Amino acid sequence: MKSIAELNKIREEALESVNLRKDRKGTRIVVGMATCGIAAGARPVLMALLEEAKKRNVEHVMVTQTGCVGACRLEPIVEVYKEGEDKVTYVDMTAEKAKRVIADHIVNGKVVDEYTIGAYEK
Amino acid sequence: MDLFRSHVLVCAGTGCASSASMKILEKFEEVLEKNDLQKEVKVVKTGCFGLCEAGPIVIVYPEGSFYSHIKVEDVERITEEHLLKGRIVKDLLYAESIEEDKVKAIDEVGFYKKQQRVALRNCGLIDPEAIEEYIALDGYRALAKVLTEMTPEETIDVVKKSGLRGRGGGGFPSGLKWEFTAKAEGEQKYVACNADEGDPGAFMDRSVLEGDPHVIIEAMAIAGYAVGADLGYVYIRAEYPIAVQRLQIAIEQAREKGLLGKDIFGTGFNFDMEIRLGAGAFVCGEETALINSIEGKRGMPRPRPPFPAVKGVWNKPTLLNNVETYANIPQIFLRGPEWFAGIGTEKSKGTKVFALGGKIKNTGLLEIPMGTTLKEVIYEVGGGIPDGKAFKAVQTGGPSGGCIPADYIDTPIDYDNLISLGSMMGSGGMIVMDEDNCMVDIARFFLDFTVEESCGKCPPCRIGTKRMMETLDRITEGKGTLKDLDNLERLAENIKASSLCGLGQTAPNPVLSTLKHFRHEYEAHVNEKKCPAGVCQALTNFHITDDCKGCTLCKKACPVDAILGERKELHVVDTDKCIKCGACIDKCPFKAIIKK
Repeated sequence: MKSIAELNKIREEALESVNLRKDRKGTRIVVGMATCGIAAGARPVLMALLEEAKKRNVEHVMVTQTGCVGACRLEPIVEVYKEGEDKVTYVDMTAEKAKRVIADHIVNGKVVDEYTIGAYEK
Repeated sequence: MDLFRSHVLVCAGTGCASSASMKILEKFEEVLEKNDLQKEVKVVKTGCFGLCEAGPIVIVYPEGSFYSHIKVEDVERITEEHLLKGRIVKDLLYAESIEEDKVKAIDEVGFYKKQQRVALRNCGLIDPEAIEEYIALDGYRALAKVLTEMTPEETIDVVKKSGLRGRGGGGFPSGLKWEFTAKAEGEQKYVACNADEGDPGAFMDRSVLEGDPHVIIEAMAIAGYAVGADLGYVYIRAEYPIAVQRLQIAIEQAREKGLLGKDIFGTGFNFDMEIRLGAGAFVCGEETALINSIEGKRGMPRPRPPFPAVKGVWNKPTLLNNVETYANIPQIFLRGPEWFAGIGTEKSKGTKVFALGGKIKNTGLLEIPMGTTLKEVIYEVGGGIPDGKAFKAVQTGGPSGGCIPADYIDTPIDYDNLISLGSMMGSGGMIVMDEDNCMVDIARFFLDFTVEESCGKCPPCRIGTKRMMETLDRITEGKGTLKDLDNLERLAENIKASSLCGLGQTAPNPVLSTLKHFRHEYEAHVNEKKCPAGVCQALTNFHITDDCKGCTLCKKACPVDAILGERKELHVVDTDKCIKCGACIDKCPFKAIIKK
């Protein structure tokens, strides 16, 4: 190790790997992964969320899974809990849509209205 | 590094590993692969979580779900329910983490709530065999700061200001020790780490080395810079194979990354480390005996002065600190000495790790701020005494410490308070005793240990402790006299005053403190030839009370046919035949057999 910059670089790279265990603050993205969700294709959605989150290097975001919320016909469902904001529920998700949610909602703070449950029900 | 949505932490500390936690880890890897989850869920092997009583422990993040007493068979369920479908398997959770049907995360349960983890902060959080994880949580940043921004004098000043005192037993101010070594004359100096943890029941140093080995490397490098040493020795007992192995891996990783070796951080500072294995003699925890042992000589103490700071390893000035002391160092530099000095009491700063054992619900390892009361530790962190028994005393400081009776339960724990009660901090063993413990027997147990471990160099310790032991034997056999008690006290004081090293100087403490606080128990043994707790076999007889229904279960269990009586009639114990094995007590469904 010849410089602090070198140490910081390792630190940056490794940080995400342990952040998950450190704080339960920040944004939580929850994917419905009960039988209904998995059958509707929740797995590729989840993988896309993870990949995109990593690609864009977003910090303090946790992607996790949950059981059936009861609206099985709307699966795959993705819920986003941002600190201090109302929960946003996205329905009928795909891997492509998931990438946009990360880009628009998580990174830029703009809810993708057209994917939300409110828009779908109309 | 890949991003995972979930981390499964499996405890690989010695406690859980001996309950097959490594098999659980392998099973997780296998089942995850079967479910095609290996890219989403990461399995991490970590150090001790502290609550060993609940082992083997598995923690699932991000939820922080705390699974306890996990078996290999449970792995599939956790994977299929929790990791695949997001449904926490409630019946496998640590019981206390469910309250009113709400699941609490690991840091919210009673055992962890009162704790403040400084020395143990990474234990159970990171993979001890991955240097990257240590670096991610600010590892080696303190070393970088010290090497690039501070002079050795400033470094020592920080340690002095923090008020840190040695965690190995004596509680000597660490900053002063660093200063003495720095000021000692000599070109070549060494730093050394005392990892020869020997107190029965104490395993904090072991846990730090197993769970966070890099913290010791970083702290020793800082110490090396401060005192002007380029080589560090870690003296660790060979009975700690996992700790030795992980420290070895950590040293190699640090060398690979250039955090040990030449020209660290481009500052021209060189530092490397070597491990020395001890053969497990208790006396080698004493600093001069430890130094002899590092040099390959027989581990025996020598008179001090000269202190190791002047004449240590290979007769060169040597800074010797204990594992837990070192484990505090990086945090002191990162968060500032004021932060550290803000924790604890006036004369005892920071936190202390205790190994809680004996008659207590939550057996395990805990770290609390100095000044926490014994009551808080025993009832809030420890969860109280099992089976509704009454708390009698707590033994601190292992074979060098003493017993503190229930009357002093509100005492805030710090170095000086414990000494004033006739005990000591020691390395942090804490053994809880309830009404079923005989204090004479406890004193005998610890003395038995020191008699065995006395190195034999000085007569007060070699012969004196042996004579004390014989006296105690007589008392527990009902052959003691009141004069024995006075002799015991006098002998104890003489041994304390005249022994060569800490082992002998503190060996009588368990006897002295029980004589002081529980003299009535000794007197009962001597005058009435009775053991009030029913422990000392020679003074105890078994009796069957009127609650006996004549079921004959005890009669069948008795290996020496000492129980007489027919079916449906009151049974009697033939005390001449009885060998007091207790087999009948275990069998009796009516609790009709008592010890008197």
